[in-house]
Amino acid sequence: MTCQRTTLACAALLLMAIHRQQPHLAASPGPAALPVQLADTGLFVSGTTDVVAAANRPFSPQYPLWTDGATKRRWVYIPQGATIDAGNPRRWEFPVGTRFWKEFSFAGRRVETRVLWKASESGWLAGSYVWNQDGSDAVLASDGITGAVEIIPGRQHNIPSGADCAACHGTTRAPLGFNPLQLSDDRDPNAIHGEPLTKEMMTVRTLVDEGVLTPATAIPQTPARISARDPQTRTILGYLSGNCGACHNGDGQISAQVPSFASADLMDDGDGIARRMMGQPTRWQAPGRTDGTMLIDPSSPDQSALLLRMRSRKPSSQMPPLGTVVQDQQAITAIGQWISEVVRQPGD
Amino acid sequence: MQIRTTRTFLGAAAFILVSTGLGRAVSSSPGTDTPTAAERVQRGGYLVGAMGCHDCHTPWKPGPQGPEPDMSRALSGHPADFVVPAPPRPSDAWTWSGAATNTAFAGPWGVSFTANLTPDVETGLGRWTADTFIAALRTGRHEGKGRPILPPMPYKMIRTLTDEDLRSIFAYLQSLPPIRNRVPTPVDPEDQK
Repeated sequence: MTCQRTTLACAALLLMAIHRQQPHLAASPGPAALPVQLADTGLFVSGTTDVVAAANRPFSPQYPLWTDGATKRRWVYIPQGATIDAGNPRRWEFPVGTRFWKEFSFAGRRVETRVLWKASESGWLAGSYVWNQDGSDAVLASDGITGAVEIIPGRQHNIPSGADCAACHGTTRAPLGFNPLQLSDDRDPNAIHGEPLTKEMMTVRTLVDEGVLTPATAIPQTPARISARDPQTRTILGYLSGNCGACHNGDGQISAQVPSFASADLMDDGDGIARRMMGQPTRWQAPGRTDGTMLIDPSSPDQSALLLRMRSRKPSSQMPPLGTVVQDQQAITAIGQWISEVVRQPGD
Repeated sequence: MQIRTTRTFLGAAAFILVSTGLGRAVSSSPGTDTPTAAERVQRGGYLVGAMGCHDCHTPWKPGPQGPEPDMSRALSGHPADFVVPAPPRPSDAWTWSGAATNTAFAGPWGVSFTANLTPDVETGLGRWTADTFIAALRTGRHEGKGRPILPPMPYKMIRTLTDEDLRSIFAYLQSLPPIRNRVPTPVDPEDQK
């Protein structure tokens, strides 16, 4: 009996030692993988598929990403009492347990709901759930779905795979579109595809008032805003931030010779970035050409890489390179006008 | 009795170590799992050779025994000075074709050209990081974010390698002499003439 007690005591001590060496395992409240059913991610009130739980707060980035005209709804869950570390405005650090949901609807029907879940300190789980025809259930589509629904004749919306998630959100699957500029209370009234801000939506002000953002010294005294001398430039740079800044952000992960459209850089010197776009060489070769194409070609704006690639929906040349199969005509028109009316003006 | 107790304890401890995976961590001292730069280059060269990267990324030329890789242009991709004409029209039986250099390929995906893998800053991987290289192969997208990487590049096979193997391959590629060669942009199917 004594021997057994000794053995058990030693084993217990050993287990305690192991426990101390792997505290992250004990501290992790999230799952190892996303659940199969969307209902199990905590988005909805239990037993429903359309009543969002009160703890999940809606928000709307002021410069939304173009997804072929999809109607989007977004929610975030931040664990009670936890805080977001806003010390680095380029990269907020979210508490373990944070969840984001983004719902995509076409022609009034829910098609997919994407989820980011910070299940541990090491990173985020990412995936998308595809809705059935009658909207009664949504299940995880780990490998993505090509041709999930027809948007316009001959063009299908594709649900992203896990690898596609990484293409935009990086290897850590960190969230996009939830930052000081996108949640600013000083919203751009001319934002392309801007969505109405309703009173229940979270903004930086809401986060501050509720004590969610820390440290206090990191909170800007004035709401975040793109530094631009005219409203048109502000709006266009905002669009580029929301649609291009996830990759073209100066973090060194891609070699493209394009100025940074990271929101923090646009807030610092939007006008300077707009100027640098003019005549900026790129390595991209337009079809039929062997030399690189300027980002904005002042002598021939229509042949600018920016507009050529926004117009394209061919795999090798389209921009953004994924997540869209229909060009954003409203943005193309607005950027074309901006180049003609503002960027090319004498004295620039 | 003392011996039996000790055996029992050791057995229990061993079970715990094995079942928690701690034994593996304890058995190697910190830092010994990280190879040196030279070891990475050596292993990367081994992997590049064994996996057949030269087959497509090094242009082939006629040799006494038939086509052979032109090692003076090793891993520099499709030669910019070799402008290929329109590919042959595919049939039901022959759906894709390859150029004489084995660096350009035509098929349902359009026309793809193999990349310059040397560390030339302007035309190769000189601006890439190891993380970018890994992201490209994991996602199947240029630099891990851009256009799709096209057939016949077998990235779905290569992405099964470990991060460490991919870092070794990248280290080897970065050790090569840079070759300036601007590979053409892929041609989409609707742009083929």
